[in-house]
Amino acid sequence: MTRRQAVLLTRIAVMAGLVLLLEFCCRTEIIDPLTIIPPSDMMASMIEHVGSGEINGNIVQTFSTIVISFVLAIAIGTLGGALVHSMPRLRDLVDPLLASYYSVPTFIFYPLLVALLGLGKAPLIVLGVLTATPAAIISTLTGLDGVKQVLLKLARTQRLSPALTLWWVILPAALPHLFSGFKLALSYALIGVIAGEFILSGTGLGYAISFAYQSFDNRAMYGLMLFVLLVAVTANGALYVWEGRLARRRSTG
Amino acid sequence: MTETPHVSLRAVVRRYEGPPPVHALGPIDLDIARGEFFSVVGPSGCGKSTLLDVLCGLARPSSGTVTFEGKELEGEVPEGVGVVFQEDSSMPWLSVRQNVAFGLRTSKLPAKEVAERVDHAVRFMGLAQFADHYPAQLSGGMRQRVCIARTLVLRPRLILLDEPFGALDQQTRLLMGDELLRLWRETGATVLLITHALDEAAMLSDRVGVMSARPGRFIDLVETGWPRERDSRIVSDPRFGVLTARLWSSLREESLKTMGRAA
Repeated sequence: MTRRQAVLLTRIAVMAGLVLLLEFCCRTEIIDPLTIIPPSDMMASMIEHVGSGEINGNIVQTFSTIVISFVLAIAIGTLGGALVHSMPRLRDLVDPLLASYYSVPTFIFYPLLVALLGLGKAPLIVLGVLTATPAAIISTLTGLDGVKQVLLKLARTQRLSPALTLWWVILPAALPHLFSGFKLALSYALIGVIAGEFILSGTGLGYAISFAYQSFDNRAMYGLMLFVLLVAVTANGALYVWEGRLARRRSTG
Repeated sequence: MTETPHVSLRAVVRRYEGPPPVHALGPIDLDIARGEFFSVVGPSGCGKSTLLDVLCGLARPSSGTVTFEGKELEGEVPEGVGVVFQEDSSMPWLSVRQNVAFGLRTSKLPAKEVAERVDHAVRFMGLAQFADHYPAQLSGGMRQRVCIARTLVLRPRLILLDEPFGALDQQTRLLMGDELLRLWRETGATVLLITHALDEAAMLSDRVGVMSARPGRFIDLVETGWPRERDSRIVSDPRFGVLTARLWSSLREESLKTMGRAA
């Protein structure tokens, strides 16, 4: 067994152990079932809710909002990062703002966004974009800072146009950092959208979880929470595997 | 009739505006003949790399002219010039074969010819077994061979090398020197090598230019007199020691200047 396989197996065993422990504690009422239901019930509730099709509308609403927010965030973040990188004076101005950005609770702007954009998808998309974009900007700046000068010189000796230099040299060289930013942006977009729905919206999975919570419907609440968790972990896991493949190719073999 | 120089520098000066302003290079007058192997040695910071940048069009001279094949350079790297840098410039996201082929991405050559040129360059540099490896899986010397192969596929008529073996151990450097001589003979290209190693310059070159401390100027031009068919075994030739000693005697005083000490 390779070291990586051993680490993976250990990780799965620890997770399975924790789930089994929770199941045991819930079944034996060491933990009050009104507080947490057994994981097997969460799974059954999730399958029931997703399988019945009753939350299809919420699923489409939430994940389409996340995807739009994510795509906009990485587009704006990558272009914005490249622009800031190319203008040192602008960077002097923006760097401290970026460093302190995540100390600002962007959710407080939701009422303002509703006033400006109305109810529906738009304010949630803006909230997702506001939450995710700085991660993409910061990773783009880090990635572009890390492009070796000798590669840019090489591009000039190969007489590449600026567009080809960007496409063939700069972007691939910066890709590992960009990728880390994309991963973070996805997580932040998901947090922004779900939390926005949870607190203030009238639709989506966040709202459905909030509704179940306020109706004391623990079974539905935990089923939906598990569904969101599994989708988030799967999406992040897919990006993690992709990133790992890129990193292994570039690291010392 | 005298043959036109392949590369010619006339009263070339390079200054950096600063602050503080720096007079980095020149004035330099130099002619390099077609097919010549010319090396440049000089103390640290004397402007050797600046000279290479000016020679290949990466930097414009503040005054003076640089001509390649009779045409004046105008701030662009001309067709027919290949450059190998001191720093590893292999692309970690491309395999060896893809790295070598990178040089031909913008060419309009048929795919078959591109493949043939790449295969030839990969074989020539002894990388055939590693064609599908990535740079991270190769040693420093092999990565530098990848960079040379990438230049080779362009079939340059002028090859500029900026301390390409600077990061390698002595044995590997001697063997890489042999590879370079083989490449020079087979391509018939003009080669300009920037190096800080006097033995490397003495072994490889037809002629060695010794530069002064900044602002770099040529203070000595030494003809080695080696036959075209040569390899690293000439280090055991008594003339090799004489040549290296001559280079050092020209360079010693300039090196002391860069250390802030009088000769």
